[in-house]
Amino acid sequence: MSEIDVRLVDVVKRFGDSNAVDHITLDVNDGEFFSLLGPSGCGKTTTLRMIGGFEQPTSGLIELQGQDVTWLPSYKRNVNTVFQSYALFPHLTIEENVAFGLRRRGVKDAEVKSRVTDMLRLVELPGFEKRKPNQISGGQAQRVALARALINRPAVLLLDEPLGALDLKLRKQMQVELKRIQREVGITFIYVTHDQEEAMTMSDRIAVMNRGKYEQLGNPESLYERPQTRFVAGFLGVSNLLAGTVDGTADGYALVKLADDTRLRIPAALADGNTQIEVGIRPEKVRMNTPTDAIPAAANQLDGTVTDVSYVGVSTQYIVDSKSGIPMTIYEQNIERTTNGSLYRQGDAVRLSWMPEHTFVVGSAPTTAPGD
Amino acid sequence: MTAVSQPLNPTAAATTRRPPRRFLHALDHWFLPGFTVVAIGYLLVPIVVMIIFSFNDYQGKFNFVWHGFTLQGWFHPFDWPGLPDAIKTSLFIAFLSTIGSTILGTFIGLALTRYSFKGRGAINGLIFLPMATPEIVMGSSLLTLFVNSGLQGGMLNGIVPKGVLFPLGFTTILIAHIMFNISYVVVTVKARIAGFDRRLEEAAMDLGADELTTFWKVTFPLIFPGVLAAALLAFSLSIDDFIITSFVSGTTNTFPIWAYSIIKNALPVQINVVGSMVFLGAVLIVGLSNIRQARGNRA
Ligand SMILES: Nc1ncnc2c1ncn2[C@@H]1O[C@H](COP(=O)(O)OP(=O)(O)OP(=O)(O)O)[C@@H](O)[C@H]1O
Ligand SMILES: [Mg+2]
Repeated sequence: MSEIDVRLVDVVKRFGDSNAVDHITLDVNDGEFFSLLGPSGCGKTTTLRMIGGFEQPTSGLIELQGQDVTWLPSYKRNVNTVFQSYALFPHLTIEENVAFGLRRRGVKDAEVKSRVTDMLRLVELPGFEKRKPNQISGGQAQRVALARALINRPAVLLLDEPLGALDLKLRKQMQVELKRIQREVGITFIYVTHDQEEAMTMSDRIAVMNRGKYEQLGNPESLYERPQTRFVAGFLGVSNLLAGTVDGTADGYALVKLADDTRLRIPAALADGNTQIEVGIRPEKVRMNTPTDAIPAAANQLDGTVTDVSYVGVSTQYIVDSKSGIPMTIYEQNIERTTNGSLYRQGDAVRLSWMPEHTFVVGSAPTTAPGD
Repeated sequence: MTAVSQPLNPTAAATTRRPPRRFLHALDHWFLPGFTVVAIGYLLVPIVVMIIFSFNDYQGKFNFVWHGFTLQGWFHPFDWPGLPDAIKTSLFIAFLSTIGSTILGTFIGLALTRYSFKGRGAINGLIFLPMATPEIVMGSSLLTLFVNSGLQGGMLNGIVPKGVLFPLGFTTILIAHIMFNISYVVVTVKARIAGFDRRLEEAAMDLGADELTTFWKVTFPLIFPGVLAAALLAFSLSIDDFIITSFVSGTTNTFPIWAYSIIKNALPVQINVVGSMVFLGAVLIVGLSNIRQARGNRA
């Protein structure tokens, strides 16, 4: 069992008459790379600022390594922050910036010097000691901000969209680097981002936030394979959602009747006693077939017409209008069909198929949060 | 040049473009420089005259007519009854009022920019009032206030200990100067704080600096240029002030008061010499701070 580093208990932050953070309870484990993922304005920064001590919760409790820090000022918390804007001190050199935390704790000169040197080497900026923040690039500033926080060996490092200002290439590079550094120093990271791909590739666990709450918390795989709400299904990747009514069982599967009387099979456990549900299927898990192709008996089938084809390189994206009236998105790997030169074309009649095990179910109740 | 980028009819295009070009060229090369020279000349003539006449070997009591070059004035810059005392008083008051008004004004400026509280807008407006009020109004009102605190039966009599505000003198001049300087300091410092990123303070606290350390290590160094500019402004306003000082000075002389009192009977060369010194001192300080700033920007 890993220890819990950060614990939020029923935390609320109210600005005026709306809740920026709305009753959040969560535990972050020691050494974990934990991400807060969500659209702009959902309360990620506010949550992070409360953990960092820059903002006090309206109600609720915040614990760091078992200690209640809800009302502790930030300089008394064993937490450091990498700010979105880096917030490097413009009047100090890179060396002095990085040493700032150690100086506050009265660490001896010689030790400060050697630790700063080590840290600048870790973030691959040796020789930058004497420069000022306005003499380095955005990516370098980001790494200095990281070094300035990490050098204090905090229990928890908070990062607020630290890669937001970087171009795509540097961003990818820094993602790998951040992950490497996190493994090397073994510190708990709480990482804020609105980029689902970034969160997926880097995190051990992700809390997907929407309107001040998180809708689902789990590892990237479970979030992608088994999203529990419409919002999560749509925010992490692309989903096809088919609304229907649970209508009996067959071969150990639950049957879901769509608007056009098509029956889909889903694992019985997913129906979970509900009658009105939405069945979800990821675009890459759906196969395209001609209406005459043989399809395994257990598979779900849905007939439709191709309305749009776009070639995306590794795959081809099809939009198929299904008979039930719902447009479906399908990704097909470009392996055989391109070499055979027989891609489906707009207007082709197709039969879609997928295995019942690949479906997920989101609650049919519209997930509108209160206070909106 | 490629053919594609050339206009279809080069001559037509050129003739329509040329007049504004020529006009802008003339503006850039003749009008603006000429205008600048005239404007600067206008600004500098009085100063040049003052400096030239500080080397005048003047005859009689008034240093108005050029009689020849001498360094006598500069060898004996303070050689006139009452002048050394007046200069000492002026410097002392300027120094103390600069410190007082800079400290008070900086904190008011900080409070006004970073906290939102009831009446902030009103206070922001009130800060401008002393600058907008005619000096003669402020002078006479301060005089009334001071006298009322000192005179038997005065409105404020007994509230302030005897001898502080009355009789008039050094203390009352100092109080008056701090008061009118505060507004200028607040406005100058606020301009600098407006560009200050609060997240830098959060970053400092995040790294273990308490409120006081954060102020000295981050806030103050970053607003220091504004504070310094405010202090220099306060100093020069104080050294320079005549109207308000004349109301509240009693029998104490500052340099401007002394100069004005003596000018009815004589205009000694020392006035030009001291004036030139003040001017050169100001130029020196401005020059140094410019060099410092240029260094700071480069390093
Ligand atoms: N100081 C404040 N005063 C009033 N409202 C605020 C304040 N800070 C944040 N909010 C509001 O709280 C909500 C959450 O803000 P927050 O900054 O946490 O969002 P975020 O998830 O970090 O968004 P982004 O991805 O755009 O950074 C927003 O609606 C925002 O307008
Ligand atoms: Mg944010």
